[in-house]
Amino acid sequence: MPQLLLELFSEEIPARMQKRAEEDLAKAFGEKLKAAGLDAKAIKTFSAPRRIGLFVDDLPAKAADVNEERKGPRVGSPEQALQGFLKGAGLTSIDQAQIVEDKKGAFYVAKIERAGRGTAEIVQEIVPEIIRAFPWPKSMRSQSSDLQWVRPLHNICCVFDGKAVKIAVEGVGSEAVTWGHRFHAPEALPVTSAADHASKLRGAKVLIEREERKTIILEQASRLCAAKGLELVEDIGLLEEVAGLVEWPVVVLGDMDPAFLNLPGEVVRLSMRTHQKYFAVRDPKTKGLAPHFIVVTNIEAKDGGKAIAAGNARVLSARLSDAQFFWKVDTATPLYTEERKAKLEKIVFHQKLGSVWDKVERVKALAEKLCAVTGAEPKLVREAVALCKMDLVTETVGEFPELQGQVGRQLSALTKGNHESVATAIEDHYRPLGPNDRVPTDKVAVTLALADKLDTLVAFWAIGEKPTGSSDPYALRRASLGVVRTVLENGIRFKSSNRRRILLGYLNMSLAELYYQSADYRALQEEAFEQDVLEERVRSDPKLVLLKDHRPNDYESLPKQIKEILSRKIGEVPEPPTSLDLLAFLADRLKVQLRDQGKRHDLVDAVFALGDDDLVRIVARVEALDAFLKTEDGANLLAGYKRAANILAAEEKKGKWSAEEAKSQVDAAKLAEPAEKALYEALEKALPAARAAVEKEEFAAAMKALSGLRAPVDAFFEKVLVNADDPMLRRNRLLLLSRLREALSQVADFSKIEG
Amino acid sequence: MPAHKAPRCFQDVILTLQTYWAEQGCAILQPYDEQVGAGTLHPATTLRSLGPKPWRAAYVQPSRRPKDGRYGENPNRLQHYYQFQVILKPNPPDLQQLYLNSLARIGIDPLLHDIRFVEDDWENPTVGAWGLGWEVWCDGMEVSQYTYFQQVGGLDVRPVSGELTYGLERLAMYVFGVDRVYDLPFNDPDSATPLTYGDIFLENEKQQSRFNFELSDPEQNLRWFTDAEATAKRLLAEGNVLPAFDYTLKASHLFNLLDARGVVSPTERQSFIARVRDLAKGCASAWAEGQQ
Repeated sequence: MPQLLLELFSEEIPARMQKRAEEDLAKAFGEKLKAAGLDAKAIKTFSAPRRIGLFVDDLPAKAADVNEERKGPRVGSPEQALQGFLKGAGLTSIDQAQIVEDKKGAFYVAKIERAGRGTAEIVQEIVPEIIRAFPWPKSMRSQSSDLQWVRPLHNICCVFDGKAVKIAVEGVGSEAVTWGHRFHAPEALPVTSAADHASKLRGAKVLIEREERKTIILEQASRLCAAKGLELVEDIGLLEEVAGLVEWPVVVLGDMDPAFLNLPGEVVRLSMRTHQKYFAVRDPKTKGLAPHFIVVTNIEAKDGGKAIAAGNARVLSARLSDAQFFWKVDTATPLYTEERKAKLEKIVFHQKLGSVWDKVERVKALAEKLCAVTGAEPKLVREAVALCKMDLVTETVGEFPELQGQVGRQLSALTKGNHESVATAIEDHYRPLGPNDRVPTDKVAVTLALADKLDTLVAFWAIGEKPTGSSDPYALRRASLGVVRTVLENGIRFKSSNRRRILLGYLNMSLAELYYQSADYRALQEEAFEQDVLEERVRSDPKLVLLKDHRPNDYESLPKQIKEILSRKIGEVPEPPTSLDLLAFLADRLKVQLRDQGKRHDLVDAVFALGDDDLVRIVARVEALDAFLKTEDGANLLAGYKRAANILAAEEKKGKWSAEEAKSQVDAAKLAEPAEKALYEALEKALPAARAAVEKEEFAAAMKALSGLRAPVDAFFEKVLVNADDPMLRRNRLLLLSRLREALSQVADFSKIEG
Repeated sequence: MPAHKAPRCFQDVILTLQTYWAEQGCAILQPYDEQVGAGTLHPATTLRSLGPKPWRAAYVQPSRRPKDGRYGENPNRLQHYYQFQVILKPNPPDLQQLYLNSLARIGIDPLLHDIRFVEDDWENPTVGAWGLGWEVWCDGMEVSQYTYFQQVGGLDVRPVSGELTYGLERLAMYVFGVDRVYDLPFNDPDSATPLTYGDIFLENEKQQSRFNFELSDPEQNLRWFTDAEATAKRLLAEGNVLPAFDYTLKASHLFNLLDARGVVSPTERQSFIARVRDLAKGCASAWAEGQQ
C-alpha cells in the first residue's frame, strides 16, 4: 500500500520539547485520519533539532466509501423543510429520495452513497489544522505571519505514494525537499518517499531517529571513557536533552584541571550539567569524579575535535573557577556566622511574614514542641534549626540554588563537633521535594521538616494566601503533601486518648508563634501577658496593620488570642478558623494521596467525618473499612445502615423522632418479635466490642465485631415493621435503628459511603 | 565577496560586525547615553521594535550590571561590558544564516567549532518584554543571544523583530584564545601604542565594584528611584515619551544599584520590577500609539 511522509522543517526546536511533539503529532494525525475515514495502522514519528515528522507505511489511496440512510421530513411537509432535507443530504430533487412507511406515516429517506475522498486530499485538509492547533508548550510568530509555531517554520514536505502533496498554511513553503546537516550538507535534497528521505538525510549527516542518536552517544561516550580506564556518569535526562541538540552526534572527551576535584562532586557535576550539558566522568576505582568531561558535539570537526575539546575545557574552567571561588569563600567560616544571620534577617520571606530569620525563630519554637511527638532530641533540633537556612546566603547556593540544603549539610559536616543528625536535618528538611522524592527519616530531620512545612502553611494561611485551583505560587500543596507523607511514612502519631485534635494544636501553636513574632513581642513574656500592654502593642504595630486588612476578625481578637495561646498548653488551644481550614486542606492532600493508592474517596470522607486529625490512625481506619466493605457482610451491613438511616431521617423530618429521643434506652421487656430481640442482643454485644477495639485502634477487630450485626439486621428488616401502631413498639424499634447507626459510627460515618 | 581580514583585536571585532551589518542595510547607531543593563534597553530596540514600520539598526551598547562586579579579580565577569546589538524588523527569513555569516566574518569556522542553537526563552521583566529564540553556543561558550521579539512593554510586536546580541568580550576572548578578559588586545597589538582591555578597564572594574557593593548610598538611591519614577510618570502624562523613557532607564539602573547592595529582598524585588515595568509599559504603549 502507498506510503506517506510528512516533515515539518523549522529552525531549532528546543530539545526538551521534541519527544513530546512527536507524540502529539502522531496522536493528532491518527485522530484526524480516523475521523476522515482512514485507518493508519502504524504511525512512526521522528524528530531532530530542525524537524519533526512522521511516516505511515500502509495508508489506503482513498477513504472508505460512505453509505448512509438519512431520514427526512414527512411526505407532504412544507417546501422549506423539503429543501433543507435535500441540501443536507446532497440531493437535487425530492424524486431522488425514497418513501418509507412506518407506523407514524410516510417519510422521505435519502440513501447517501459517497465515494471516499482521496488520501492526498484528506491530508491537505488535516495537516494545516494540526499545525495551527499544535500544542507546543510555547510558540511564537515570525515576520508578519499570524502562524504560531515553536520557532519559524520554513517548509512542509509531504509525499504520498511517490507524489508531492502541497500543504497550504499561512504562506509557509511546501516543497518535496528537505535539507541536510546545517554545516556539513546545507543543500536542498528532493524527496520521493519516506525511505528516500531517511537515507538521503543519513547521507547528509542527519539522523532523524532520536533513539539512534541516543544509542550512538552512549556507545561513543562509553568507548572514549573505557579507553582511559574511566566510566561515564550516566544521566538519562541529560542524554535525552543532548540527543535533541544534535543532528549528527560526535562525542568528544575533554580534560578538566584536576585542581577542581577538591570541590564537592555535586557542585562539579551540576556545573557541568546545568551550564554546559556535559556528562561527568568517574574513576571506577575510587568512585570519585575524574578530571574529564564528555561533550556531545554536532560536527565531524576538521581537526578531529581538538579545538572543540580545548574550547569547551576553557569554558568549563571559567565556570569551575567561579564555583571554586564561591566554595572557598563559603568554607572560610563555620556554617553559622553572625554575618550570615544578619543577612537572613534582611531577606524577606514574604512581605507580610517577616524575614527568613523570623521564620527560623518560628520554626524553632514549633520544632521544639514537636519533639514530643517525633521523639527527637530537643538539643539537636535546636542546633539544626539555627543552621538550616544559613546556606541560603552562601555563594555556592547563590550560584546553584538547587544545592540548598546540600551545601548546608557539607558545611555543617566540616564544622567540628556538629552531630551527624544535624547535618542530615539541614539537607533533608526541604524534603520531600515532590511525589517521587524520599521523605526524611532521621528524627531530627523529620522534626525540622515538619516544623518548616507547617510553619509555611500556617503562615500563608494566616495572610490569606491560600492556593487556588489554578495557582499555587508558594507550592503549598507540595508542602502539605510533604507533611502528610512525612507523618505517614514515619508513623508519627498525633495521638491523644481524649479525642483532642493534636495536629490542630500544633497548627495553632504555630499560628500563635507567627502572630507573636510578627508583632515582635518577645519582651511580653516577661511582662506576663498584661492584656492592656498587649492591646497597646498590637494596635501600634505597623506590621499588624496588614493583618487588619486581610483578616479583620483575627486582628480584632489578636491580643486576646495571643494571650490565650501563649498561656496554654498543646491540646488546650481553642480552634480559630484559620487552623481548621488548613486542617481540611491537609486532609485533602491525604485524600489525594489515598486516592492515588486506589482507596475510594468516599471511604476517606467517611473516616474524615469523624473529626480525627491523627493521620496514621485515619489511614488505618480507611484500610480496615475498605477491606470490610469488600466482604459480603460489610456490603450488606452498609445496605442495612442506609435503610436504617433513611427511616430515621424520614421520621426526624416529620418531627416524629428526635436526636433527644434517640438517646433513651431500649425497653428490652417490650421487644415483641424474635427478630428484634435478636438485633437487640447482637447490638448489646457488638457496640461495646467495637468501641473497645476502636480504643485499642484495632480497626479490623472493630469491623469484625460489627459484621456480627449483618444477619440480625437483615432479619429485622425482613420480619419487623418499624412503624408499628403501638407507640411503645415503634419507639423501641427506632431506638434499635439509632443504636445501629451509633455502633457503625464508631468506625466511620457510613452516611458518606456511596453504594 | 571581497576577502576579509580576520580580526586581530577587540576593536576589530566591533568594526567587522559594524561593517557586516551595515552591508545588510542596518543603520549603525552609537551607544545610548543612559546607564543601561543591556543593549535591548536602547530605545532603538525597546521602542523601535514596536509599531508597523520596518527598522534595521546595529550598535555597540556599554552595559552595566552592578551585581556582576568582581573587583577586577574574575577572569571573565565584569560589571561594565559591551554588547553588540542588531535589530531587524520584520525578521528576515534567512536571519539565522545572516547571523552565521557574521560569525564566519570574525573568523569562526563552523566546521572547526561546534555552533549550536540552544533554547532560551528570553524575558526582560523590567520592560515587560519576552521573545523566543536561543543562546548561541560556540564550543560550549554562549556567544550570542538570538531572539524573536513577541512582546515589548506588554504589547504584541507586529511584525516580529529579530534581535541579536553579541557578548563582545566573550566572543573576542574566544576568537583570540584569551583566558582573561583583561589580556584581550584592545587595539592592534602591533601598533605603536598597543593597549589591552585591562589597560583601559581594569581600574574601572576595581573602583566601580567598590562603589557598587560598598560605597553607593542605598537611601539616596531609593530616593532617586522614587524621584525618577515620579518624573517618568509626569512626563508620560504630558505625552513626552522619549524623555519619560530616559527616566525609566534611570529608575531601572538605580534599582540594579540597590539590588547590588543586597538591600532588596526577593519579594520587594518583585515590587520594584513591577514599578519599572509599569513605566516601561507606559512608554511602550505611548510610543506604539504614535507609530500607528
